[in-house]
Formats: sequence, C-alpha cells, structure tokens
Amino acid sequence: MTDVTVRADDAIPAAEVEDVELYHPKSWVTKYVYCQDAKVIAIQYSLTAMAIGLVALVLSWLMRLQLAFPGSFSFIAPTDYYQFITMHGMIMVIYLLTALFLGGFGNYLIPLMVGARDMVFPYVNMLSYWIYLLAVLVLVASFFAPGGPTGAGWTLYPPQAILSGTPGRDWGIILMLASLILFIIGFTMGGLNYVVTVLQARTRGMTLMRMPLTVWGIFTATVMALLAFPALFAACVMMLFDRLLGTSFFMPSVVELGSYLQYGGGSPILWQHLFWFFGHPEVYIVALPAFGIVSDLISTHARKNIFGYRMMVWAIVAIGALSFVVWAHHMYVSGMDPNFGFFFATTTLIIAVPTAIKVYNWVLTLWRGDIHLTVPMLFALGFIVTFVNGGLTGLFLGNVVVDVPLSATMFVVAHFHMVMGVAPLLVIFGGIYHWYPKITGRMLNDRLGKFHFWITFLGAYAIFFPMHYLGLLGVPRRYYELGEMAFIPPSAATLNIFITAAALTVGAAQLVFFFNLAWSLFRGKLAGSNPWHATTLEWQTPQTPPAHGNWGKELPIVYRWAYDYSVPGAAQDFVPQNQPAATGAAA
Amino acid sequence: MSAILIFLAVIAGIVFWWLSQQRLMAKPWLEEGPTGGFPATAPSSLPAAKIGLGVFLAVVGSLFSLLISAYFMRLSIAQLTRTDTGLLPTPNLLWLNTGVLVLSSVALHWAQVAARRGEMDNVRAGLLLGGVSAFTFLAGQLMVWQQLSAAGYFLASNPANSFFYLITGVHGLHVAGGLVALGRTGAKAWRGIAAVRLRLSVELCAMYWHFLLLVWLILFSLLTGWAGDFVDVCRALLT
Ligand code: HEM
Ligand SMILES: [Cu+2]
Repeated sequence: MTDVTVRADDAIPAAEVEDVELYHPKSWVTKYVYCQDAKVIAIQYSLTAMAIGLVALVLSWLMRLQLAFPGSFSFIAPTDYYQFITMHGMIMVIYLLTALFLGGFGNYLIPLMVGARDMVFPYVNMLSYWIYLLAVLVLVASFFAPGGPTGAGWTLYPPQAILSGTPGRDWGIILMLASLILFIIGFTMGGLNYVVTVLQARTRGMTLMRMPLTVWGIFTATVMALLAFPALFAACVMMLFDRLLGTSFFMPSVVELGSYLQYGGGSPILWQHLFWFFGHPEVYIVALPAFGIVSDLISTHARKNIFGYRMMVWAIVAIGALSFVVWAHHMYVSGMDPNFGFFFATTTLIIAVPTAIKVYNWVLTLWRGDIHLTVPMLFALGFIVTFVNGGLTGLFLGNVVVDVPLSATMFVVAHFHMVMGVAPLLVIFGGIYHWYPKITGRMLNDRLGKFHFWITFLGAYAIFFPMHYLGLLGVPRRYYELGEMAFIPPSAATLNIFITAAALTVGAAQLVFFFNLAWSLFRGKLAGSNPWHATTLEWQTPQTPPAHGNWGKELPIVYRWAYDYSVPGAAQDFVPQNQPAATGAAA
Repeated sequence: MSAILIFLAVIAGIVFWWLSQQRLMAKPWLEEGPTGGFPATAPSSLPAAKIGLGVFLAVVGSLFSLLISAYFMRLSIAQLTRTDTGLLPTPNLLWLNTGVLVLSSVALHWAQVAARRGEMDNVRAGLLLGGVSAFTFLAGQLMVWQQLSAAGYFLASNPANSFFYLITGVHGLHVAGGLVALGRTGAKAWRGIAAVRLRLSVELCAMYWHFLLLVWLILFSLLTGWAGDFVDVCRALLT
C-alpha cells in the first residue's frame, strides 16, 4: 500500500480480510472446463450463448425466406414456421441476451471492475454455467424430438400451447418448459454471485457511487431477474403439471373434436399475468446492462466524464423498481377491466421519464466531447439511435387505444426488435470490441469491425423500419403467409422481399464478426494493458489478460470515481480509479 | 397479484433503506482519496454467505408470493363464475406437522445459541433434533397427501386441489433441500470441527429454517381458508 493510512474505523472489505481461499486449477481440465474462475466462466457463457444465438439467427433467415417467397420452400410448412418463430424468440430473449449480458459480461466484468479476486461463491458460479449448458442442450434436443420443438409462440400462451394441433405438443413443449426451469435454476445460482460480489467484495475505496455504470446496470438487472424469474418458474412448473399430470391451472374446459377434454376450471389469463410479470422486467433485464455498458463506452471514447452520473444511477434504480408495475401493458387485448388498462398505461408512460433522462445524459456526454469514432463508439452511437427509435414506438403502444388496433401486427414486431433486439445486440457487439483486448490481449481488426458495424446498423434499419409501415397497413404478426387480404396492397409483398434481402445480408455480416473474433485471437494487433486509455479497474490489472486472482499480491485501492477523463491539469487525459490523488491531480 | 406486490413492496423498502445509507447523494466527481471519509459505505461486515442466503430467501419468498398470488387469482375467478371454490378439508395431521416444524425450528435455534457459546454437545443435539423433526414433518406431509387422495381429493380433480398439492410440494422440496445442507453441517459437527468454525453453518441453517417455518405458517393459514376469511373481513371493513 502506498501512502494510505488506514483508519481504525474503516470497515475492511471481506475480500481483504480472509483473502478468500482462492481455488487453484491443477490441470487443463480444471483450468478451462470445470473452472471456477469467473473469467473463464464468462467466456464459456458467452460462447455457448453465441452458438445458440446463431441457431436463432438461422431460424430468422428461414422465417424471412418464407415471408418473402411464401410457399416456395418445400421444407417450410406452416407448422415449421410456428416452430421457427417460437424458438427464435425464446432463444434470442433468454438464452442469448440474458445469458450473454449477465452470465457473460457480468461474470467477466463485475469482479474486475469492483476490484475483487473472483466471485464470492466460485463453486456455485461454476454450477450456474453447467446448468445453463444443460438448459441449452435440452432446448436443442427439442429440435430432434418426435414432433419437433413447440410452436406455441415465445409467450407459450395456454390453452393452445398444450393442446393437440399446436406443433410440438408431444415433446417440444415439455422440453421447452424443462429447459426454462433449468435455465432459471442456473441463473439464480449465478445471480446470487453477481449480487453478493457487488455487495461484499468491493475493494477498499470502491463505494457504490464510485462504481462504473456497467456494474450498476448489471447489478440492478440481476436483482430484478432474481425477483422476476420466479414468476416464469412458477408458470412453467404449473404448465408442466397441466401437460403431464392433467391439472387445470391454466386450462378452462375445452371441447376438442366434439368431446370435453379432462380439463376445466383453470384460467389462461393467470398464465398471462405470471408470464408478463416476468416478461416485462425481462425487457429491462437486458436493457439495464446495455445502458450501463453504453454509458461507459461513450464516456471512454468521448474522453469525457459521464454527464449526470448520480442521475444515471438513480434512473437505473428507478427503472428497475418501476418495471415491476407495468406488466399488464402486454395484456391490453386480454379483455381486462379498462381501469386496469388506464393504470398500466400510466405507469408505462412514467417509466419513460427515467429512460429519457438517460438518453439526454448520453447525448450531453457526447456534447463537445473528444469523440473517437472507434468501433465500440460506433456501436454505442448506433444503440442510442435504435433505442430512441424503439422507445418512441413504445410510447405509442403503451397507450391502450393505440395498442388495440396495432397489437399482433408487424408494428409490434418492429417495436420490440428495435428496442430489445437490435439495440442490446449493438451494445453486446460494442462491448465485445471494447473488452476483447482485455480478454485476449489482442485488438479486433478495425476495418472488419467498421464493416461489421455499418452493415449491421444500416441493415437492421432496413429490416425493421419498414415493418412499422407493414404493421400500420395491418399485416398481422405470426402469419405463415398473407394470402388474399383486401386491405393489404401487393406492394407489401415487394417490401417483404426487400426486408428479407436485408436480413440475409445482415446475417452474412455476422460471419465477418465471427471470423474477426477467431482471426484476431492469433493475428490481432497486440493490445497492451489499456489500449483505450480507460479509467476503470479492469484496465489496470498487472497482467493482460488478467491472471488467476486478477490482481497481483495486493488488491487495488480506489481513490476516485470511474469517469476522470480530461481532468484539467492532469498529466494524461484520463486518471485511473486506483491512482492516488497526489500524483493524479499534480498541476 | 396482490401478494407478490406486497412482497415486492417489502423488498423495495429494504432496498431503499439500504441505499439510503450508501450516500447516493454523494458527488463522486468531487471526492478524491481512499474511503477514509465515509466508512459506512464499505461492504457490510456480515459474512458473504449470510448475505447470499438472505438474497436467496428473497428469491424463494418471491416464488411463494407468486404462488399465493396465483392461488388468490384462481379463487376470485371461481367466485366470479360462481363455481365451487373447492377448498379441501384440513386433515388433523396438518396441525401435528405444523407443531413438528415449529419444534424443528426451535431446535435449530437452540443449536445456534449453543454454537455461539461453544457448547459442542448441545450443538449436536440441536442439529439432530432439528433434522429428525424436519424429516418427520416431510413424512407427515406425505401422509397428509395420502389421506387426502384416499378421501378422493386427487391432484387433478380441481384447481384448488392442484394448488394444495403444488404449494405443499414446493414447500416440502425446500425443506428437503435444507435437510441436505443440515446433513452437511451435521457431518462437520460429528467430525469434531471447532464450534467457532461451525457457527456460521449452524446460523445459516437456523435462518433458513425460520424462514421456511414462516412461509409454512402463511401457507397453512391460506390453504385452510382462514386467510380468505381474514381478507373477507378486511374487505367488509373497507367497503
Ligand atoms: C437479424 C436479426 C433478426 C431477424 C431478421 C428477426 C426476424 C424475426 C421474424 C421474421 C419474426 C417473426 C415475425 C412474425 O411472423 O410474427 C421474429 C420474431 C421475434 N423475434 Fe426476431 N429477428 C431478429 C433478431 C431478434 C433478436 C436479437 C431478438 C431478441 C430480443 C428477437 C426476438 C424476437 C421475438 C421475441 C419474436 C417473437 C416471437 C413470437 O412471436 O413468438 N429477434 N423475428
Ligand atoms: Cu413491457
């Protein structure tokens, strides 16, 4: 320790007291496979999520092919289409975005950014990954099960989800529910780690208000997920009972082929409540980490402190709390009491306030910044644009009168792809370009990166922007083909071909990204320990990539917040968080 | 969804109380130097495992609140459609089981106190009694299930039954999971680990047990229908 005199009343971070019994890998297998090091677990999570995400991407191509050229592909029957939709939606939302943000970024960044050696419960953390992998495998297994995966839509609404006539009714739905249950168990194990690590393993000087916004975002999102996932868990268990044991939690009496099924007395609306009680917070579970990461990317690459740090923190907390009381805006058309609709429309519009504050603060951070148009910065800027776009259509859909005619049209598809599909994905890409140098010690190729950005960003607009228009025309969502509908002009078909062309192009551009990841691992420019001249702790590790235990003998001590960029009088245009005041502010 | 909203309000209260001590009004951009100035914002001195268990109990609490919410919603639908709410009879055995679970909790509390005082014999006795009575509770619950199904109240015969089996089952599984942790603590105790080192494990077990007892008391009052009566009384008072 340098010049710090430790005061007696200073509480000493737990990590420093015991210096945790760090587990030490002994062989290749325990180092890379059954590994308890959060950094390795992060990479395992990320690679698995990307692999299954690729499946979802391919499914979206197939859907787009069908929509552009209805009926020309013999291997896409109507039932297949429903299965593609369902699996695409579920994989993207849960198995890709949630897993990548929390399991991937969370595991890698939390211990490093708060100055800990590892997560607090490394063994549980390892189990979390293996259960996640099992969940993914069960999900994949449903593609090969008799009857294929479920085609109930990613919302899995009963009663149709478990009635015959819905594809995948035999095995698909069972495997889907089982996989979700596993996912939630695995996530809970990881989530406990992320939360308790932030609470208990922060290094000396790292107060909550000195944490980078990335940590704030991931932390709040994890707390939300821990409270919201039980709703999906309960719902899945209950539906599994309905399907396997003949209970009727969600099943009203149903007549099928002229005779009553054994079901009766249950309520499909109950599922909708449980599902959306999880489902809406889920939107913010992927959005908050994105908010946090984007704040850090913008600040670092514009060489300017984040505007309104305190307000950013409060906004994250406020959004986290509010997002638990808006769920029924997904149920405006379920026949609910209009007073409820009014209540939920109001809360939905209120949540736009802290969200808008964040957007203003990003823009004000950029204002007169020394903007470096690096690849991570491009992605961060792309995020702001798409997020604002998707957020504005969200304000439309939040109002009952506007939502009722638009619900279940392509307008909704456009909205949620913008706001929770494209926007968080852009942040994931930005984050990967930003932290890849720390993870591997090498830079990603810049040219390929810029190419990837422009195709993905412009392409995503080409795909999803026209869908708003299709939705206004009344083109329904989840339709295998349009057939003859008097109110839909033939030009809609042309537009669909255009969208599909864009989707295939964007898909192909992702291959460039994967190539870049692999190629740069061996051929990339050596990065050094802090290529972006960033202030946060992960860039100050003694080794790059950080070694086991992250920090050498002693944990870093934090002297300042995470955003000391371009401080007047400082020697460099950034002051690392662990740099003591005396040298940092030397005039 | 009232139960879960009440639960979340409590959680939000705890979170905001905690945040209020974290100097969220600080202006971090003006503050340089080590933590010296504000020690209160360093990590808490509680062991991480305890905080971890606390967070886990919040998750479990959320799960049970949701199940209760679902149960209420189903009851209100039954009332709206004037179908039979189909409450189950309350086998007397449930009373006995409740008593046994209370005993189990008391025993673990005793073990915890003994661990603090370093009395190893009492710790062992407390753990043993706690474990055996929790086990008895589980066996008792299974017998309740048997009695009910013998009387024709099957899992799938109507949603009220389904809820009864589901909720008691989920609670029982949590007790069973606790027994695993308790078994491991017991193994340590018999291996003769010093009481100081055992203390944390025993405390964690006791905390978990008290929580599950609380959950059970709430569930019990719900499933037997008193909570419903209670809510009716409140509603009558309000309107
Ligand atoms: C290249 C990227 C993507 C393309 C081309 C694409 C395309 C599509 C298409 C064509 C549909 C079906 C629309 C319909 O017929 O109703 C769909 C549905 C959906 N997509 Fe995407 N998507 C992409 C990325 C994503 C991402 C990143 C997410 C993550 C949130 C996502 C989430 C969903 C969801 C939740 C559904 C609804 C599924 C359902 O209706 O059950 N998509 N997507
Ligand atoms: Cu929502």
